Amino acid sequence: MTSSQPAPGRAMVTSAPLWSVLIVPVLLTAFAIMAVLGDALLAARAAGRPLLTAAAAPAAGAARLLIGQRRRTPAPDALLWRAGLWTVPAAGILAALVIPFGTVTASRMSVGVVWFNAMEVLTWAGLWLAGWGANSALSLIAGYRFVAQGLAYELPLMFALISVAAGAQSLDVADIAAAQSHLWFAVWMPAAFAAYLAGVYAFSFLGPFGAPAGHDVAGGVLAEVSGVDRLAIEAGRWLLLAAGAGMAVPLFLGGAAGPVLPAWAWSAVKTLAVLAGLTWARGRLPALRADRYAEFAWVVVLPLSVAQALVPALVDLTR
Amino acid sequence: MLTAVFWFLALLAAASGFMVFRVNSMARVTIALLVSFLAVGGLLIVLGLAYLGAVVILMMTMEMVIMLVFMIAYMTNPGGLTQMSMYHNKRASLSIAVGTFALLAAGILAVPWPRRAGQPPASPAFQLGQALMGPQMLTMVTLGFVLLATMVGAVVLATSRGRYDRFGDDLRRRSPDDPLRGGVGQ
Repeated sequence: MTSSQPAPGRAMVTSAPLWSVLIVPVLLTAFAIMAVLGDALLAARAAGRPLLTAAAAPAAGAARLLIGQRRRTPAPDALLWRAGLWTVPAAGILAALVIPFGTVTASRMSVGVVWFNAMEVLTWAGLWLAGWGANSALSLIAGYRFVAQGLAYELPLMFALISVAAGAQSLDVADIAAAQSHLWFAVWMPAAFAAYLAGVYAFSFLGPFGAPAGHDVAGGVLAEVSGVDRLAIEAGRWLLLAAGAGMAVPLFLGGAAGPVLPAWAWSAVKTLAVLAGLTWARGRLPALRADRYAEFAWVVVLPLSVAQALVPALVDLTR
Repeated sequence: MLTAVFWFLALLAAASGFMVFRVNSMARVTIALLVSFLAVGGLLIVLGLAYLGAVVILMMTMEMVIMLVFMIAYMTNPGGLTQMSMYHNKRASLSIAVGTFALLAAGILAVPWPRRAGQPPASPAFQLGQALMGPQMLTMVTLGFVLLATMVGAVVLATSRGRYDRFGDDLRRRSPDDPLRGGVGQ
């Protein structure tokens, strides 16, 4: 048997030069800032506050955190604490390296889907450490909450990624986008798409999966964090959300393909649409308790996502 | 450039592996081991085995976090207020470690390595999949069943509440009697 490339044809996406790696955090931060602004405006409209002050609030908050002092707790494990907090934004940026934008990608990795998954999983270590390092009971509880939540969301998310990779017969993100020239994977793999979007909320611990930073544990992993460290972890959540929204485009929504507009514009439009949907729905979904969701995830969602992964496998066999 | 990255990751893997035995908190021990594994994953990617490298990073992060939870739970002092040490049976383990290192290093230097024949495959991940799903199919299927049986067995041994506790002696109770309410079917 020859080791030929299984993909039907290499997609027309080129790897940009090495310096483009520096563009990724800038672009990702821009998307994250738009999501934060949208979230602030939605919250202000719901509460009936003036929109102009609400739009300025995130920038003012970030500036305050930048000049703020670090709060000290008795006997923290400062090294692990800080490492955990900064892992969260780092994971978001590293995950975004393999996302194609228009016809270029910072890193045309042959196994981009697995890389994205691996970088998103780094938040497991990051959030547990952010909870452990502070030497504070409520932070610690929140760190363990995220691990429990991780055991529930991760496998359905992996099967969603396996579904699209099987549908395109490639682990290369650009090939997966190219395989949807006729029909978006979101259309004929709706269960995988739903599991993926739930996973995006879960690894950015926002919306229904916000329990690790919930009000009932006084902010959880955020409880004792202040100053620039707090800016890092709070920005990290939104960077992860933006990376998840950006990755949804090549995986499920046909990538940069579309009529009239240039490829980069379609990438931007689709990413913003997913990001806006996630930001809007965030305030409308109930918060999930990790223990209850774990049972639902293992009894209902996991079998469903395995069955979903079977569909592209059967389609491939009959092709 | 790649050579520099290789040596950086190699030294990082060895150094943080060594730190596992030098630091004195279970959290730090496990994270030092995780850093070592992440560096090994990076090494695999640098060597052109991107799939294996990414999978090592993915699996080891999850495994180390789960191991951390259990290791801390099993410690005599989970709060970590007293100093701990990773050394046990210092003299024997040190001699085994040094002996193994000397043996492997001697092997590396003494063996006449063959010259490379042929080219690396265009897609190592695809070749790996073919090997696992082709010639190694029986191994994988057997391994899969052994692992599944182990997991089911471990859960059965570990759980304190079975279906008779949940659904009554005649299994007729309509909704299970669980200490925690909520979840599926309640």
